[in-house]
Amino acid sequence: MERSIADLLAAHPVFAGLALEDLALIAGCGRNTAFPPGYYLFREGARADQFFVVREGRVAVEIFVPDRGGLVVDTVDPGEVVGASWLFPPYAWEVDARCVEAVRAVALDGACLRTKCDGDPRLGYELMKRFARVLHERIQSAQLRLLDLYGTPGGR
Amino acid sequence: MGAEPLAADRSAVEPAPMTPRPHRVLRVRRETPGVVTLALAPLLGDPEPGAPGQFNMVGAFGVGEAAISVSGVGPDGAILHTVRDVGAVTHALARAPRGSLLGVRGPYGRGWDLAGSLGGDVVVVAGGLGLAPLRPLIRALSLRRNGFGRISVLVGARSPEQLLFLAETSRWRARGLHVDVTVDQAAVGWSGRVGLVTRLIDGAVLHPSATTGFVCGPEVMMRFTARALMSAGVEPSRIQLSMERNMRCGVGLCGHCQLGPFFVCRDGPVFGHEVVGPLMEVREL
Repeated sequence: MERSIADLLAAHPVFAGLALEDLALIAGCGRNTAFPPGYYLFREGARADQFFVVREGRVAVEIFVPDRGGLVVDTVDPGEVVGASWLFPPYAWEVDARCVEAVRAVALDGACLRTKCDGDPRLGYELMKRFARVLHERIQSAQLRLLDLYGTPGGR
Repeated sequence: MGAEPLAADRSAVEPAPMTPRPHRVLRVRRETPGVVTLALAPLLGDPEPGAPGQFNMVGAFGVGEAAISVSGVGPDGAILHTVRDVGAVTHALARAPRGSLLGVRGPYGRGWDLAGSLGGDVVVVAGGLGLAPLRPLIRALSLRRNGFGRISVLVGARSPEQLLFLAETSRWRARGLHVDVTVDQAAVGWSGRVGLVTRLIDGAVLHPSATTGFVCGPEVMMRFTARALMSAGVEPSRIQLSMERNMRCGVGLCGHCQLGPFFVCRDGPVFGHEVVGPLMEVREL
């Protein structure tokens, strides 16, 4: 039996523990998707109108650097989400996101979700807390990698 | 009175602890750019690999010596040391040709305490060259695979080109170990993970109350890894860290490696987090 979007979200760590009515409200903005390896979920500069709740497969977050080519600065695996630019104006992607493997994900419409959060600040606050945690972890990861821990002399 | 002549005899044939024993470089293996593994055998007597996590003071004659963890034992019994070329001494060691002589003192220090983890899950977290001191532990775990629950080996490196012991990690997987690798940065062709090694921990810790963590890498990496393990529910007393400080004498005499009330060379390099964790938060140490 095919699982509903709300069921898929309930099983995902980012949405785990949300009330059923909240999940149903969020699921109303979602659709089930599948992408082949190499497919770009989004490209830098394009309009950020959705984000992806990864269920299977790996997504590479890339930045193109002149003279160095594309660099993978992060990867997103099952249990994580891809994309936060839908949250903030100007709603434009600042990176590329490419499927490294076949990916199954729930795509959530950013404008739809923002409207629902504006109408239900309690739900909006709950979602913001969860996204803030994801963003906080990514910032910390980026900060520590900026230290080039494994490359400095004396480092093990 | 019977024991005294024996003690006198032993002192006549065993070198003093500060005297290096000459070792021959049997093999040199290039691991990654700037990192080599030396296979060493003593000119006299048998090799002394020590326990997993212990280290030797390895010296290039006329240059100096450095504390280098034992990274394994070769099939011929040779002691393996994995060295990164970062300073004058390690530069001389990394460039030592096959057949040359190096000085070795040791093994020194306290290694990994494996006994307390028997029967439970194990999470090994390595950052960069920190995989080298953990390799003997991982080998010991894989040889006693049935004595443990889930064994996870989490490896972080600067880039795919800097990943150590790749062929061996495949063998660990074949022996039933869960091996997960991540790098800080990669070109587009890399299909593995990119991100901090701490991000692998949540997926590796399944039974926190019965999990032991073994961690080795740069001190900052170990600090955050220990936090992530504790955040996943692992008890501080079940987290072991291998500290790296400026070790000179190796036997707790010179004081260069002092960390609070401890000498890392004598009391470590492996410490329980409940002991060393608070010291790692003290900026002056």
